[in-house]
Amino acid sequence: MLVLGISAFYHDSAAALVRDGEVVAAAQEERFTRKKHDPGFPVHAIRYCLEAAQASGASVDRVAFYEKPFLKFERLIETYLAFAPRGFESFRKAMPLWIGEKLFQRDLLLRELSAISPELGEKAKLRFSEHHFSHAASAYYPSPFESSLVLTMDGVGEWTTTSAAIGDGRSLAIHKEIHFPHSLGLLYSAFTYYTGFKVNSGEYKVMGLAPYGEPKYVKDILEHLIDVKPDGSFRLNLDYFNYCTGLTMTDPRFDALFGGPPRRADEALEQRHMDLAASIQAATEEVVLRLTRALAAETGLRNLCLAGGVALNCVANGKALRDGRFDNIFVQPASGDAGGALGAALAVYHDENPDGGATRIIKRPDAMQGSYLGPAYAQSDIERRLEAAGAVFSTVDDQALIEKTAAALASGQAVGWHQGRMEFGPRALGNRSILGDPRSPIMQKALNLKVKYRESFRPFAPSVLRERVADWFELDVDSPYMLLVANVRDEHCRKMSTDEQALFGIDKLNVPRSDIPAVTHVDYSARIQTVHRETNPRYHALISRFEQLTGCPVLVNTSFNVRGEPIVATPEDAFACFMGTEIEFLAIGNCILHKEHQNPALARDYKSAFELD
Amino acid sequence: MSIFAELFEFLGARKKFWLLPLLILFLIVGGLFVLSQGSVVAPFIYTLF
Repeated sequence: MLVLGISAFYHDSAAALVRDGEVVAAAQEERFTRKKHDPGFPVHAIRYCLEAAQASGASVDRVAFYEKPFLKFERLIETYLAFAPRGFESFRKAMPLWIGEKLFQRDLLLRELSAISPELGEKAKLRFSEHHFSHAASAYYPSPFESSLVLTMDGVGEWTTTSAAIGDGRSLAIHKEIHFPHSLGLLYSAFTYYTGFKVNSGEYKVMGLAPYGEPKYVKDILEHLIDVKPDGSFRLNLDYFNYCTGLTMTDPRFDALFGGPPRRADEALEQRHMDLAASIQAATEEVVLRLTRALAAETGLRNLCLAGGVALNCVANGKALRDGRFDNIFVQPASGDAGGALGAALAVYHDENPDGGATRIIKRPDAMQGSYLGPAYAQSDIERRLEAAGAVFSTVDDQALIEKTAAALASGQAVGWHQGRMEFGPRALGNRSILGDPRSPIMQKALNLKVKYRESFRPFAPSVLRERVADWFELDVDSPYMLLVANVRDEHCRKMSTDEQALFGIDKLNVPRSDIPAVTHVDYSARIQTVHRETNPRYHALISRFEQLTGCPVLVNTSFNVRGEPIVATPEDAFACFMGTEIEFLAIGNCILHKEHQNPALARDYKSAFELD
Repeated sequence: MSIFAELFEFLGARKKFWLLPLLILFLIVGGLFVLSQGSVVAPFIYTLF
């Protein structure tokens, strides 16, 4: 049975294809259109999925959409009714969109699918899965667990903002839900908005900002904004928020509580914003821990699956793991809405598979295949594309590729690394990555200013060999998707002096705090990716060789893009990013490119090519 | 017109026929907005829609 999953029309469209319960392909539309978080119908991603599976539209048995538009409309109508006459302005702006487009999503989907292939657009094939059920399915079905608690948290789907489901074998059933407007994701987004970042994409910046601050507003948050019960269920005090009826996230009372209006994006970050970030992070962790503790006690389950935008909060995930209520945690790498495409496909497959006796496929370490589910390029294709782009390159064998790349890294060069299948989800996991030497005290600054074009307060993430993770970090479990945070081990840390402690923001980040300063945050934490020989042998070999050269089994791994750009997909994208930035060495498949050999005329102004995120 | 049949079916499945008059009112008012505007403008607050 072949099921195509789609998420679209809101944020980060994607497609995924599941064949007989196995994930065959998945990709986000933004990677093809080069438009960050592209919400459009994912025509390119669908075409890619069909091509990867060598499937025609006629061979697809079901098409699963990741949410239910009518249910969302119901929530909208009831919300306007509940708050009327407030909310008229929001209503005036929302209704044309709904009446002109969103209410007709079924027709729109069928039309777009038919344009790809008439058989794909057959009405009888189309199914709709609830938003949070899609998230839950995306986490549970690929997990390695026979049974598990599944916790999903995000801004809002149709009505649900938080759900607890129980997966057992091939069945997955919602156990409890919290409904709009009470939402942990929207609470976090309110602070994202208030601290001057973009809602829906800036949340990870708030998380990265948190270690610079003191959580001095936690009490205010828990007393005034959110009423958290001992079992982790919660209600927001809507007097402080404006998202139900207005065009902003927060209300003047919110501003008064936290001492001023929201920060504008162009205003400087102050200590107060860092304290606010630390506070909402601490409050979020408190809610997540209360939920996981209560649900663990109630269900007796020892495995936990996480998905939904809040599950990308890897600091909270790390705390849930260390809390010890669960033996194992699996976090869906595409936890945002893109992952809903995969979840919808898996949900429909397990619900409708005509082979009623079929059991669920369980794979170890999990069924996501390292999340390397996107397009790959054959060596001959890479060479043809690079030649057409005017690149000067040499082709080497596997051993020389590893040797030369490891040597470039050890000599402090910024390396572009484009290999195999593209990652599905927001993180680059070693196939579309920019790599560097984490031991270098200047690597963090150099990569930020010369390659990523940002003055970031966030450190980079480390990729570490799975078998060496416990030697360098306070972690000894798989974290293949960079979704767990743990501290650098004490023996690799260097305590900051009082003067250094007093430094502010980026200056503090630039103080070498460990043997691997480029990946160590100011609180000595790191967002860890464990690299496994089974899922990415080439990347594993590269880090192993780097360790032989330097004694360090860790690399800096940041996504292969500049600020505001989707992660590169094709060899041409990689070459363009290489030529537009100060990446010094590029490996695409077995092709090696040195910056100094390239024609400078091919460089283009890359800094201002993308809208900032 | 299938959209109305689908909406009717949806309200039945949700046991929310009490929403029907409101829905009709909203659709009429919303339709007027569409006609008066001539173009569809996405709301600023994209978190909710």
